[in-house]
Amino acid sequence: MWYRSASFILDNRQQNVAALAPDTLSISPPGGTTRTSMADTFQNPNPNPVISAYYQTRAAHHGVITSDWLAQAQAATDQNSDPNAISASDVRVSDPDKPFSVIDEFNDWRKQPDLAEAVAAIRALAAVIRSSKATTMMELEIELKKASDSLKSWDETSISLTAGCDLFMRYVTRTAALEYEDFNSAKSRLIERAEKFGEISYKARKVIAMLAQDFIFDGCTILVHGYSRVVLEVLKLAAQNKKLFRVFCTEGRPDRSGLRLSNELAKLDIPVKLLIDSAVAYTMDEVDMVFVGADGVVESGGIINMMGTYQTALVAHSMNKPVYVAAESYKFARLYPLDQKDLAPAPIPIEFGVPVPSKVEIERSARDYTPPQYLTLLFTDLGVLTPSVVSDELIQLYL
Amino acid sequence: MEGRRFPRTVIGPKVRQVGFFAPAAPEPSSVEPDPVDSSSPPLLDSPVSNSLSPVMIPPPRHLSERTAAVPVPELGFRRQASGDFIHIGSYNPSVSLLGPLPAGSPSSRVGFGDGELSEESSTAGCFRRSSSGSFPGGGFDMSSLKHPENLVGDNFAMAGELEKPVGGPEKEEEVAKEALHDPLSCLELLKTKTKTTKVERRALQEAQRAAKAASKAEGGKVVAKSNRAAPAKYSKESLQRKGGPPAASPMSTDKKVSDHPFEKEKKKDMPPPRMQFDDKNRVEKAKRRAIVNQTEATNRVELFRHLPQYEYGNQLPDLQLKFFQLDSVHPAVLKVGSFYLAGDILGGNARCIAMLRAFQGAIKDYRTPCDKTLDRDLTAKISSYVSFFTQCRPLSISMGNAIRVLKSRIAKLPPSYSESEAKTTLCSDIDRFINEKIVLADKVIVGHAATKIRDGDIVLTYGSSCVVEMTLLHAFALGKQFRVVLVDSRPKIEGRSLLRRLVAKGLSCTYTHINAISYIMHEVTRVFLGASGVLSNGTVFSRVGTACVAMVAHAFRVPVLICCEAYKFHERVLLDSICSNELGDKEAVARVPGRMDLSSLDNWTSKDNMQILNLMYDATPSDYVSMIVTDYGMVPPTSVPAIVREYGREYSLI
Repeated sequence: MWYRSASFILDNRQQNVAALAPDTLSISPPGGTTRTSMADTFQNPNPNPVISAYYQTRAAHHGVITSDWLAQAQAATDQNSDPNAISASDVRVSDPDKPFSVIDEFNDWRKQPDLAEAVAAIRALAAVIRSSKATTMMELEIELKKASDSLKSWDETSISLTAGCDLFMRYVTRTAALEYEDFNSAKSRLIERAEKFGEISYKARKVIAMLAQDFIFDGCTILVHGYSRVVLEVLKLAAQNKKLFRVFCTEGRPDRSGLRLSNELAKLDIPVKLLIDSAVAYTMDEVDMVFVGADGVVESGGIINMMGTYQTALVAHSMNKPVYVAAESYKFARLYPLDQKDLAPAPIPIEFGVPVPSKVEIERSARDYTPPQYLTLLFTDLGVLTPSVVSDELIQLYL
Repeated sequence: MEGRRFPRTVIGPKVRQVGFFAPAAPEPSSVEPDPVDSSSPPLLDSPVSNSLSPVMIPPPRHLSERTAAVPVPELGFRRQASGDFIHIGSYNPSVSLLGPLPAGSPSSRVGFGDGELSEESSTAGCFRRSSSGSFPGGGFDMSSLKHPENLVGDNFAMAGELEKPVGGPEKEEEVAKEALHDPLSCLELLKTKTKTTKVERRALQEAQRAAKAASKAEGGKVVAKSNRAAPAKYSKESLQRKGGPPAASPMSTDKKVSDHPFEKEKKKDMPPPRMQFDDKNRVEKAKRRAIVNQTEATNRVELFRHLPQYEYGNQLPDLQLKFFQLDSVHPAVLKVGSFYLAGDILGGNARCIAMLRAFQGAIKDYRTPCDKTLDRDLTAKISSYVSFFTQCRPLSISMGNAIRVLKSRIAKLPPSYSESEAKTTLCSDIDRFINEKIVLADKVIVGHAATKIRDGDIVLTYGSSCVVEMTLLHAFALGKQFRVVLVDSRPKIEGRSLLRRLVAKGLSCTYTHINAISYIMHEVTRVFLGASGVLSNGTVFSRVGTACVAMVAHAFRVPVLICCEAYKFHERVLLDSICSNELGDKEAVARVPGRMDLSSLDNWTSKDNMQILNLMYDATPSDYVSMIVTDYGMVPPTSVPAIVREYGREYSLI
């Protein structure tokens, strides 16, 4: 029941369809080209504008999906047949002489529920370097740039994807060794760096868990909003270290990721209590600290996270409870939202259980922005940071 | 009120307090002509040097000891890395005795020997005094262990011309003191020496003074914004003046003694203390050197007494009258200075560009005097121009930073460059600075800031900032649908010209005065403000009234965006608008143009219990600032120190 997920089901269906009629699907993209050139593959990524792919993936991995949600998602995808799914199925049926597509590679990695999207992107970009047929450094760099651009444009709502691609480009290509080495060794060096970066990013979660579990003390009550793999890792490690604490999980509508988290925690024998999202203020008196993950950490030091994080942080702030954010450094993005509306919207399907009259408007945004003044500390793989350090780190990373 | 300023006067004389520990040391030098007892091995030389004529080059014996380092004594004046000069100047007899003397005995001996030389050969009393200035020769020797050339240069200059010892300690007081004694020593020389012509001596003297000013300027890492107590002496007037308040000299000697080389090194990083205009002695001194005749205003507001406050109106014609007498100031500089004085150039960027262009003109016409090196002499020249500008109007943070860059560029000129090469390099450096740090930076800022204007926004701006204007025009050109609210205030009604320009371009504007700010704010969605400078703690230093606007915006939860080029960032910290500010013309506040009926303030000067305050700037705390848009992107105000730290170095590298 817990792993019933929308996008997998959708993908499976599409795959079945593709398997049945591969010909009709492979010529379906607009323009009718057969996608032989690399450039073509790069132009393809046009994410479904109705549904944010990032949040769809999250829902698929962590959410508890109801039939309503599925139906909505299905309807949305059917309206403009998802080109990504097509391209994915396209490659799967094709033979190996087909050109390499970074999107497919990315989608393959993305399917692993334990792998963060940014890490998937980093792995995919590393694969781009590996499979590149470029003969000069410049060519390779351009190819890499194109690949990362196409990844970024594939899903503009995913902050960690964009940030991960940018950071990868910075980390991999900003090396003086490129100047004087011959191409092959330079390339192998790039691959080495890329792999190292992938490894660092992959291990980030463990580092954060190590750093953050010190903040959990015996007998404390932790409020967690949304499902975050990092937060889960932190709680897991704290439980392994024989710390005694209890966790309040919010329900995490609309994808109900809190239910999933409470299930995971129950498996670890951590006392856990489920709340509906609107009970945050009601229970805040009992809470000692608030733990949240982040979809993205922005330059002001604030975070972008699942809808409801802002209000949770506001309530915690007004009751003088610390708000801790666990986020890997590849989620640091060069964005500076001034207010909630300053973000690109990331709509997701929302089910209300009952039919909603067509005249009623529905707020479909999946995320909100929490300004830095409501956050206490950020646990990152760079260390435990105050919100204002984020910008300093970003300045050092990017300029 | 008083309490606020009190600690400052206590902090300032910290040097003085330390100085009381060893006040005796310079005393013997001034009282008895022979400090032999107090100092040690070096004085063995003194008989030798004594026999020399004051104008001769020091004995070749000394030279031969460090010939390797200095092939040509004339080149000795070439400056070393600027930093070295600072603690060269540090002077503490006890330390120089205990310290590295034995190790560097030859050179240090020379240093002292020369001090001695000047001491002994001088007959006049004034010389004795100046010998205390030459004592720094002893200070020199510490550094001379590292840089023997320095010493040679120094020796050479010192022995070559005894008018004035080239002092190590570049303390302001020292310079100030010497300003007092210099004329005397000159006169003495005129009597005693007949070998050099008057012109030559004048040139030498000038150059020495320039060199001293140069090393001083670098030493202090001058934040030129501050009005220093003793700007480099450059005006002829000061030369002609004789004597001075005798009270000044003991104090300065005390200070000199106190300077531990170690402390000096620490002090090197600190900006020099700002001129406090409630310190009567210093104001007197500064006034005597001033080119621009400023009359101190009466009825000054108690809290702001430390800021310069002048009567307006008569300086400009006065300066124009002097045009042909001021040969120490380049015409281009004079022109820009008079523009500052008249208020014809306004705005941080415009003022900075005008100043840099004036410097460019001055550099183009610059010719190194025959026995000077370009870098030192030119730095001195620039310093003198800067102090002229300061007299016209206090420098802005941006100008201070630009001057710092220029000086570091001059200091970093390769010594192999010829004069013309150096001049063209400097001119192109200035061009690059203007281009990269101001023009291009503005473009980047405009690009960033325009992304924060969305359709349907109501953008509020205050006063007239050129970057904000460009941002609004750019966003308008991008086809964004937004409305502008222009808030303005008396007495500088700057917003009107901005309003005229924006309306001419077709933007829809609302114009109001700052009194209506709380009324208008609730419909505003973004506040864009310019800044004169941003300080390390995120405080924004800007046109007076900005803090009010930002505060109201904060209260209404409207994001406040500050558009400011990164070259206006400063590592200093400012907590209030009182410590450093600028006072404008009081008359402008007292009088409302076009309202003859408002005459209650007409004779306010005659009322003793009535003070008028016209502040020019205020400090906006960082709490009220949502974002600072700079050429390095959009950053929170907490990241200003990160930018200053990361890119402060770049200033010197550009």
